[in-house]
Amino acid sequence: METLDHSEEITALESQEYFINMGPQHPSTHGVLRLVLTLDGEIIRKVEPHLGFIHRSIEKMCEKDAYTQIVHLTDRMDYLSCHMNNEAVCLAVEQGLEVEIPDRVKVIRTLISELTRISSHTLWWGVMGMDLGAITTFLYGFRDREMITDIFEETCGARLTMNYNVPGGLMDDIHPNFQNRVKAFLEHFKKKLPEYDKLLSNNVIFQERTKGIGILSKEDAISYGVTGPAGRASGFSCDVRKKHPYSAYDQVDFKEILDETGDCYARYKVRIQEMWESMNIIEQLIDNIPEGDFKAPTKAVIKLPKGEYYQRVETARGEFGVYIISDGKKSPYRLKFRSPGFSNLSALDHMARGSKIADMVAIMSTLDLVIPDIDR
Amino acid sequence: MMSIIKYFKDIYLGVKSLLTGMRVTGHYFTHPKEIITQQYPENRDVLEMFDRFRGEVVLLHDENNEHRCTGCSACEVACPNGTIEILSKWEINEEGKRKKAIDQFVYHLQMCTFCNLCIKSCPTDAIVMGKDFEHAVFDRSELTKILNKPGSKLMPGIK
Repeated sequence: METLDHSEEITALESQEYFINMGPQHPSTHGVLRLVLTLDGEIIRKVEPHLGFIHRSIEKMCEKDAYTQIVHLTDRMDYLSCHMNNEAVCLAVEQGLEVEIPDRVKVIRTLISELTRISSHTLWWGVMGMDLGAITTFLYGFRDREMITDIFEETCGARLTMNYNVPGGLMDDIHPNFQNRVKAFLEHFKKKLPEYDKLLSNNVIFQERTKGIGILSKEDAISYGVTGPAGRASGFSCDVRKKHPYSAYDQVDFKEILDETGDCYARYKVRIQEMWESMNIIEQLIDNIPEGDFKAPTKAVIKLPKGEYYQRVETARGEFGVYIISDGKKSPYRLKFRSPGFSNLSALDHMARGSKIADMVAIMSTLDLVIPDIDR
Repeated sequence: MMSIIKYFKDIYLGVKSLLTGMRVTGHYFTHPKEIITQQYPENRDVLEMFDRFRGEVVLLHDENNEHRCTGCSACEVACPNGTIEILSKWEINEEGKRKKAIDQFVYHLQMCTFCNLCIKSCPTDAIVMGKDFEHAVFDRSELTKILNKPGSKLMPGIK
């Protein structure tokens, strides 16, 4: 009978790195993102994102479209903060046209931006819980989001891809029910937001899985260009609404939410606090919508003067920029989008190195990636 | 000793936070009126969409089978992705003049992004956004629609 000598095998055993693919259909990737993970046992050594599954060449398409037609394409990038994307394009075009925007438009744009931010963060909250294994949160997050999508549907005509902005103003005036509905939502959401803490924030399992995980220092956040709630959780003060106010953000009083820790739980807390701050902004503006036109007069065919225009806004994920080079024709010569998701994704490798594979989902979830925004 | 205290404290905190969450769930279990779920396919008869809801482009016809579209192609130009195609023909009106009129208002629903730009560009308010949103069909060709009804005419007085 053959006897096995194990002593030789044990000395020959050494750890070996191996690859696994996470995505493009993994349930926690929220879209078609493919991550190639290099693992050593359970420890992540390297994360390599592979993009291109949802590339639609939006920047190239913009080069053939008129300025009014570009706006609806930006809905399809970061679909959860579509109003802010629309606003960025419109503000850049208005900057070139040098038109005076009515105050009413500015206030309405700010109100809808903040509603969009709340709806984006509630969706993120629901999905974040689901990624970590709690289906309950998904249903609660969508319940509160539904009220906002109803407001959008009534005023803008669509729930998600609203295309409510046009260069020079808005497509329609707000619906007569708008103010009442927003007030009803605020009253509802103020009671429901503490429920979020009860369900998830104070849960021991959730805290164990997020505290001290995926730490991003302030210096790294700045060097990777991580903006938005993810950057602010590391102490990087980067709120465009505060630093370079646009629309009606200079008329309102609000705090920039900052945290120092930079772990997953800090990013979580910043977003929850931002929802309170957004409600604060909406409360200040909802009764003070000035009377006036909902659109400044513009020509039917918009031609921007020769030159370069840049406009940045704060979306729910971070700093979104639109860079237009015009050669005086009716469509831009070149249009570049600076999307927050792409920069935030670049820090993923740095944050995930050395952590366990199970924490990967938590890190990715708190970055709040929207893949069409990254891939465009 | 400290580790034993910590052990029991952890169990206590874990159970407490679980119960706090379960209390929220229990509240909704005992208050079914606060649940907002809609039974969608069953509630079709009472489901009312908002006025501005963008379902599909509709060319309005009145009871005399007359529409307001002059065939000016403003919507075709405004459309970002070639959803609308207007095929026009020459007609001789009652004054004996040759006049352009629409032959077919072709609408490719499969390409439409519901951006509302065509509705805004129409000078005679001939088209509106309809409220129908159930567009699923078995064949792609069924999505290409001709919006003007057969035998329809331009409403008198529209130029």
